[in-house]
Amino acid sequence: MKKILLIIKREYLSRVKKKSFIIMTILGPVLMASIWIVPFFIATMSDEKKVVAVVDETGIFHDKFQATDKIFFVYQYDLEKAKEDLKSNKFTAVLYIQKPSYSIPTDALLFYSDKSPGIVTQSYISNEMQTILKNNLLVNAHNISKEDFDLINRTNIKLNTEDIRTGEKSYTEIKTGLGIFSGILIYFFIFLFGSQVMRGVIEEKTSRIVEVIISSVKPFQLMMGKIVGVAMVGLTQFALWVILTMSIVTTLQASFPNIFNGHKTEQTYTAGQKIPTADQIQLEKLQKEEITQVIQGLFSVNYVAMIGAFLFYFLGGYLLYASLFAAIGSAVDNEADTQQFMMPITIPLLFSIIMSQFVINNPDGPVAFWLSIIPLTSPIIMMVRIPFGVPMIQVALSMSLLVIGFIASTWLAGKIYRTGILMYGKKVSYAEVWKWLRYKG
Amino acid sequence: MYLFSAQNITKKYAAHVALNKVSIDVPEQSIFGLLGPNGAGKTSLIRIINQITAPDEGALFFNGEKLSPKHVSMIGYLPEERGLYKKMKVGEQALYLAQLKGTSKQDAMKKLKYWFEKFDILNWWDRKVEELSKGMQQKVQFIITILHEPTLLIFDEPFSGFDPINVNLLKEEILKLRDNGATIIFSTHNMSSVEELCDNIALINKSNKILDGKVHEIKNTYKANIFEVGYTGLNEDIATILPSGFDIINQTTINGIKHAEIKIPHTSTSNYLLNSLLPHIAIVYFSEILPTMNDIFIQKVNEQNTLINTQN
Repeated sequence: MKKILLIIKREYLSRVKKKSFIIMTILGPVLMASIWIVPFFIATMSDEKKVVAVVDETGIFHDKFQATDKIFFVYQYDLEKAKEDLKSNKFTAVLYIQKPSYSIPTDALLFYSDKSPGIVTQSYISNEMQTILKNNLLVNAHNISKEDFDLINRTNIKLNTEDIRTGEKSYTEIKTGLGIFSGILIYFFIFLFGSQVMRGVIEEKTSRIVEVIISSVKPFQLMMGKIVGVAMVGLTQFALWVILTMSIVTTLQASFPNIFNGHKTEQTYTAGQKIPTADQIQLEKLQKEEITQVIQGLFSVNYVAMIGAFLFYFLGGYLLYASLFAAIGSAVDNEADTQQFMMPITIPLLFSIIMSQFVINNPDGPVAFWLSIIPLTSPIIMMVRIPFGVPMIQVALSMSLLVIGFIASTWLAGKIYRTGILMYGKKVSYAEVWKWLRYKG
Repeated sequence: MYLFSAQNITKKYAAHVALNKVSIDVPEQSIFGLLGPNGAGKTSLIRIINQITAPDEGALFFNGEKLSPKHVSMIGYLPEERGLYKKMKVGEQALYLAQLKGTSKQDAMKKLKYWFEKFDILNWWDRKVEELSKGMQQKVQFIITILHEPTLLIFDEPFSGFDPINVNLLKEEILKLRDNGATIIFSTHNMSSVEELCDNIALINKSNKILDGKVHEIKNTYKANIFEVGYTGLNEDIATILPSGFDIINQTTINGIKHAEIKIPHTSTSNYLLNSLLPHIAIVYFSEILPTMNDIFIQKVNEQNTLINTQN
């Protein structure tokens, strides 16, 4: 155990001290912060005014949307007429809120014609809808029970968009972006750190130091030490990215406040409304939360759960694949030879990325369910699903299968690794690797 | 008392047998030469001793106990193919590898300082391994191998890549290590260093042990009864004065002294030869020619190879 800690320490320190690590750590947040911020800059810079026609069948939202200096709302009753007007460019978009079968509406459809209304407008609309809905619920409830309060807090509007010329639905809302983004991030992290493990193994093998080390420790300890050490490098990098990105974003927000919350002029729900004082305080509190920038809308999608799930699926997925990367590294003499063995790693990961498009369209369908349960695809697919809310039982099942999955893959990889690192100058085939799996001792 | 002993070790890899019922006994505080041509199975055996791989059959004993992971810290191994982390600093790396063998950090530090001073390489401490020449790297690796003061040292071709001065330095250190109580298994192709250093040897060829024992006993066993005589004062061929049955293998004249190698038949003795020569020549020297380990190595390996070929 003490030896494995020594190995972890060396693997960790030797990588964290590298120039490339420091560069990545700085470049990553700059890149991410710009992904966050650039759309807002662009949105503020365009002078274009947007007129959104609201066709509200519920009556809850009538006259409630707050106009900004860029986005205006008009209220219409006839959807077909509004659509006609949209075609003649009278409006930028038509927001259609259907009367739901039960009391609270949970989604709305945004029709557009010429061009997509853009993420800023969409997030503004869905934030507004949530605020209005919450207020409405609060106003109607005089004595709020804990359950009701929770219900109100959980109120989530899913805003879908549809191009009325083609009838094509797109799901460019925040959750989709977040789901796809974290899925791709997991994909990227697994490849980035997995190949670091592989290169480390190849380095030890080609420099022949491996023979000295495995005369002191078991090959499995060396492999695990390397995998864990690199995982910690990954976590360090991730933590630094989160911290740095947040500080860049917060600094920029503080320096240019009007860009991020300029469209919210002032608090509107003040005195004069017939609501009990206790509720009013609650309401203001809720509003304050909502009134903060759109940017927090990005995070407000269950921030803690997202990060927690991300960490788990990054670690689980990484551990599952890193041991396979280590096995590949042990089977070859140089990096050029790794290609033929990369297939078993590349295919499930690429497949996950491709399938995530389908999963986004139907996050609760059977394809989404099965792919988020199977360990090889679950790290990416589950992350895509998480922003839409996944039942606890499915998350638990997926997580436990992932744990079993990486234990199995580590065991398998350990057997290949232990033979592979001592094989030199031999072009290894799959058949050969299969033989190694059956060697004893 | 044997420090290390391997009994009937068999190791098979899918299609071929790397070791076939090989046994060796390494006496305590001695240098044991593990000899054999390339691909004979030496590395397989060394890896088994290091517990890098496990044998399919056979038993291994260290100091009378069954070989187990706890013995790892008592064994030092210098593999034939040397290697260190190229990007890591020399001192840092030596510390790391010593700690992996179970030496405490402070202890390792103290010993490293001692050896680095002794080999006069203290100023390499903060240099990256890739900045050192191959010979320098080998020196560092030698220190790393012996640093944790192992009871059993395994050197696989330790002299390859060293210049003659450093070979001598290393030989001295190896002999000193033995005199201080270490037992050394020494694998090499360099037969002259075997004669110089080894107390016992085992010769492995094609997965089988074909010869083992004390070096001087083996040499006596394989001697061909050939004596060399140096003489002056005989004008005609020395063959004319030899008794029948005695053959001249070789003769030369260097600086006026004549040298002849003479094979004595089994029925006769060296005294008889000397007696028949004395009346005719002035003897400068007379000595037995023992086979070199090199000769024995080649002879034994060829014998076995022919045997295997005829069997096929």
